[in-house]
Amino acid sequence: MVSKPHGGKLIDRTRIGKSLERLQEDAENMLKISISEGRAYDVENIAHGVYSPLEGFMGYNDYISVLKNMRLENDIPWTIPIILDVDNKCIASIKEGDEVVLNYNNINMAILRIEEIYSWDKKEYAYYIYKTKSDEHPGVEKIYNRKDKIISGPITLLRDIPEIYENVRLFPKDTRVLFEHLNMKNIAAFQTRNAPHMGHEYVMKAALTFVDGLFINPLLGWKKKGDFIDDVIVNSYKTLLVNYFQKDSYVFSILRMEMNYAGPKEAIHHAIVRKNFGATHIIIGRDHAGVGNYYDPYEAWKIFEEFPDLGITPLFIREAFYCKKCKTMTNEKICPHSEDDRVRISGTQIRNMIMKGERPSEYIMRPEVVDVILSYKNPFF
Amino acid sequence: MSQEKQTVYVSKDLYEKVKKYIQEQGTFNTVDELVEFMLNELLDQSVNETMSKEDEEKVKDRLKRLGYM
Ligand SMILES: [Zn+2]
Repeated sequence: MVSKPHGGKLIDRTRIGKSLERLQEDAENMLKISISEGRAYDVENIAHGVYSPLEGFMGYNDYISVLKNMRLENDIPWTIPIILDVDNKCIASIKEGDEVVLNYNNINMAILRIEEIYSWDKKEYAYYIYKTKSDEHPGVEKIYNRKDKIISGPITLLRDIPEIYENVRLFPKDTRVLFEHLNMKNIAAFQTRNAPHMGHEYVMKAALTFVDGLFINPLLGWKKKGDFIDDVIVNSYKTLLVNYFQKDSYVFSILRMEMNYAGPKEAIHHAIVRKNFGATHIIIGRDHAGVGNYYDPYEAWKIFEEFPDLGITPLFIREAFYCKKCKTMTNEKICPHSEDDRVRISGTQIRNMIMKGERPSEYIMRPEVVDVILSYKNPFF
Repeated sequence: MSQEKQTVYVSKDLYEKVKKYIQEQGTFNTVDELVEFMLNELLDQSVNETMSKEDEEKVKDRLKRLGYM
């Protein structure tokens, strides 16, 4: 049986038919608050149940509880605050109890009923969530650039923002029906934001050996310099899957959600989100969602011990490499040979090769995937 | 959820076993806490069935249109 939604109930903050039309009309006369791309994704994720049990942006008590206890005020596990920042000028024209429209790129996305207006301490946030206050950390830098005040309250979606990958974008309601249709009872989710190399394929197939299906769910959205562009990620996966996976063994769909590089805490967040899609397991690799040397390589594994009530099972799979003696993709737990026999795969190395117009070898990446990447003039952000 | 409590009876043997389990495990503080958690888990099993047939058909139409089904 697929996982039950986090907190017990799949949240749906969308409306249809007459009720939606009426809200869309009402919204025309409400105060509009501009939101960033990342918050626009949050709005969609709340509305479509990706962030169940959240029905809106977090109030102060939930915020502090998540920061300090890694749980919502009602004790449900949650590790990354979902908060809406606004500037001081905006605060002057609103008060608690007001309904406002959240507007992204001139699209009236949602109505927010303001429950609370509060301030946040960004350094405190950085310390708890990222374990560093340094703005050298890309996630921390992003937090420091956010606005000074927070507003909270439930939202109601008016419309989604246009999605160019609409035909590979599923919401939890969809995947839950689909998994059942495909007769998948155990589903392992795979989080990624890369074009797939042999190491990724190995890890996915290692998991697939033990479950009914794979849920491949790349994050699209905010990028660091040097990341693969969205189009490359989507098309390289499509190619890999068609050529090297059993047809009904996987579900591929994208997720619009910002990457925070919060390491262990983000690993838990990624797990909760995939649980809402119905996944029963999630693959957690070495240094999951980490960056630089901010987190111990296996910290993202250890943190799961603190959440016996998470409701989704992590699969800790080691990094894969090709061993010339084993003559196969393998990992440290299995292969007894020395470092000299191992062909390690690194994203940086692949990027450097591609930038120089070189083809990564078949030990590193499937030739079909390389072809897709090389068909782009600039595959990197 | 209401915080008002009700009494439930379980056999003394089971109670003692659960108490021992809690002491060893450390996840729950009291037997009551564990019982409440487990009963909630049991009842939540049926959540997926809350989608109406009509909604499910709509989702299936969408999945077919997108080529997933
Ligand atoms: Zn070997």
